[in-house]
Amino acid sequence: MSFASTQFLAFFGVLFLLYYTLPRRFQWKLLLVGSLFFYSFAGWWCLIYIGVTTVTTWFTARRMAALAREQDAWLKEHRAELSKEERKTRKAQDKRVRFRWLLGCLLLNFGILAVVKYTNFVLSNISGVLALFGGGTLPIFSLVLPMGISFYTFQAMGYLIDVYWGKCPAEGSLGKFALFVTFFPQLIQGPISRFGDLSPTLYEEHPWNGRQIAMGGERILWGLAKKLIVADRLAIPLRTLVADPEQYSGVYVLAVIFLYAVQLYADFTGGIDITIGAAQMLGVQVTENFIRPFFSKNVAEYWRRWHITMGTWFRDYLFYPMSVSKPILKLHQRCRNRFGRFGKHVSVHTCSLILWFVTGIWHGASWNFIVWGMLNGIVIIISQELEPLYDKFHARFPRLRGSRGWDLVQILRTFWLMGAIRVLDVYRDVPLTFRQLGTVVTSLRPQALWDGSFLELGIGAGDWLVAAVGAGAMLVCSLLGRREPVRQRLTREHPQLAWAGCTALVLLIVIFGVYGIGFDAAQFIYNQF
Amino acid sequence: MKKTILTAALWCCIGGAALYFLNALFMPKYMSEVPEGALIAEYYQEETGHDVIFIGDCEVYENFSPDLLWREYGITSYIRGSAQQLIWQSYYLMEETLKYETPKVMVFNVLSMKYGQPQSEAYNRLNLDGMKLSRQKLAAVRASMTEEESFLSYLFPLLRFHDRWGELTGEDVKYLFHRDMVSDSGYLMNVQVRPAENVPPGKPLANYDFAPVCWDYLDRMADLCQEYGVQLVLIKAPSLYPYWYDQWEEQIKDYAARRGLPYLNFLKLTEELGIDFNTDTYDSGLHLNLYGAEKLSRGFGTWLTQNCPVEDRRGQEPYEAVWQEKSAVYAARKERLEAEWNELNEGGSS
Repeated sequence: MSFASTQFLAFFGVLFLLYYTLPRRFQWKLLLVGSLFFYSFAGWWCLIYIGVTTVTTWFTARRMAALAREQDAWLKEHRAELSKEERKTRKAQDKRVRFRWLLGCLLLNFGILAVVKYTNFVLSNISGVLALFGGGTLPIFSLVLPMGISFYTFQAMGYLIDVYWGKCPAEGSLGKFALFVTFFPQLIQGPISRFGDLSPTLYEEHPWNGRQIAMGGERILWGLAKKLIVADRLAIPLRTLVADPEQYSGVYVLAVIFLYAVQLYADFTGGIDITIGAAQMLGVQVTENFIRPFFSKNVAEYWRRWHITMGTWFRDYLFYPMSVSKPILKLHQRCRNRFGRFGKHVSVHTCSLILWFVTGIWHGASWNFIVWGMLNGIVIIISQELEPLYDKFHARFPRLRGSRGWDLVQILRTFWLMGAIRVLDVYRDVPLTFRQLGTVVTSLRPQALWDGSFLELGIGAGDWLVAAVGAGAMLVCSLLGRREPVRQRLTREHPQLAWAGCTALVLLIVIFGVYGIGFDAAQFIYNQF
Repeated sequence: MKKTILTAALWCCIGGAALYFLNALFMPKYMSEVPEGALIAEYYQEETGHDVIFIGDCEVYENFSPDLLWREYGITSYIRGSAQQLIWQSYYLMEETLKYETPKVMVFNVLSMKYGQPQSEAYNRLNLDGMKLSRQKLAAVRASMTEEESFLSYLFPLLRFHDRWGELTGEDVKYLFHRDMVSDSGYLMNVQVRPAENVPPGKPLANYDFAPVCWDYLDRMADLCQEYGVQLVLIKAPSLYPYWYDQWEEQIKDYAARRGLPYLNFLKLTEELGIDFNTDTYDSGLHLNLYGAEKLSRGFGTWLTQNCPVEDRRGQEPYEAVWQEKSAVYAARKERLEAEWNELNEGGSS
């Protein structure tokens, strides 16, 4: 059930009415039933996968919490009898027991994810290698990926690790925990919420709050407008451009970089707007996932502003633990001794590359995603290593730093650099992507920009204009909303204008939205991850 | 709280009014192009009832002239026909018609028996968008939708036609809230002449049996007419193409005999009717032109007066006044179309 469908609007409408008419103590239960109903549209068999993850995570977290309690109680009871060293040994033993539970659950759930998502990728690569030596091909299985498995697995595992670390308590109610994992607005494309952030508003009773509901509704409309007017409209020429790379090379590749950046942003942030708006209408606060990423001045900053919850997940649950793991610390020591200043960075860069490898493969089981992830890591590492050079440059030209012009140069550089890396996701073929990027240098043919060729990509001049105005509106709202979101300010200062804006948005979506017969309704891009 | 609710209600009303206006603006008007799309809605402007109602596809709205039936026999009739009207659409139109009037005779053209499943969204829109919102319309939509269609778009056609924003013309504004009549009591007049030459023979079919769903709707039509005391007449219009197979003919004949319904296959009566496919068709035998339609209507009018309880209503008010006016429009349209056709021919030959 896509967010941008009448089916979803009907489902949400009914759920919303029931939510505020039933006694408040039933609210979270209704959300759970609604979420399971919503998820069942992806196929009843998906419920088995999400059910296994929910039950095993809930049980393991409970078991780890119970063990911790028992172990604490035992230590308290025997405090007087044990020496400090014995207490330490005992604690370490206890931790190992809890770690075994954690590891078992992590292996099971990441194992499920790995099997359904990566089996065929691994098999086809092994077949490729075997073919080099004249071997046969391995069979490919018809495995269907359960909707949102990468998102809910990561969310559940994040919770489990937090319980292990003692950062959050184990949830006692299986139903409430199931709601945390299956909460429908964020189930299919995130954000990847933390239990500590989401659970307080998820489980509490919510009285009718007109202002919150209006704000949520406005955000849904804004998300739908981004998705249906801009993203799905740009998807049409993009499909044409990608379908025939031979014909559409040179300047068209620059167009692909630019258009895909806008499309993906409108699509993904549109979906997140609907997620956050729907949750807000139900009184639930979901973490923001974007902070104007296209205004980033470097790649590292971009990743602090784009898909934030994924980035912080990898940072907190992979990068940090890996950085302080024994093998990495050993590597750090060895490299520092052997290579001096540069050696100090080797361990961090190793962790970065592993992190970006995992980030890449999380997005999809194919080489283009792996290369995409590694390129991100390499660019960040190079930026870090060139830091002293930048400092020298700015020492020579001190007026540049902080100037608007230089900021703009950095923003544009980051936008195009990220866009160039991102096209790996568009062509889905590593050699082809690099060939296409090469044609920007070897055969640019810029005349296509003004000879009318762009009007033959599946949309006419009117559609280009609508897309441009839509993208422009997104840009203006981003610029104006640096301190406070535009709609929030509008609602407070000019409420009538906010109502007029919402009415206009409805009309604009109905008229200029890309939907219905004649259009291939594009799913949200991040659903596939 | 009260103020917020009032403001919300006000803006909802404004939004609703805007959507209503946009719906009217974006709906295709079917005035200068594809006039078939305007046929179904024109029925609701009828001022008087009818003794004969024709139901079916292009083989009725191109081949019968209600005006001739009036002028020569005093029969009041109307054609509720539309392009590639499927049998379930015909059934629901029949049911809907019976809400407005109870004619003496319902004439159903059986060509649509060949279609056992929904065919095309484009034809569905031509047939269904013009129907007033009713239980029958909803049932017809449900029965007709192809996989790609959405039910909601029939309730709010703006959801289907929103993408016309780039192709709106002055016509969309001109006919925003009113339309000109494109038909004469449902008859879509054409005076052009294109002889029927090289009519392709019917290709052998793997299966000549009509689909069960078609028989079911034909049964429902017969039952419905029986319930209302209306004489159902089955016909096959004299169109040379699409090909009408002997195997189909036998099935319809058997059915008509079993249900005690009259069945007239005009394809077998062309000589008797005086139809000449060199002069009486405008598209090489698919449909009759005005001259052919008048010949066919003359023959059918004779049959109706002899076999059905239809009255000669000439001289009866309000029929006389209404049909006088209709005849004047018919004559004027005929004159205009003939002038245009002659001009086109002269232009072509010079």
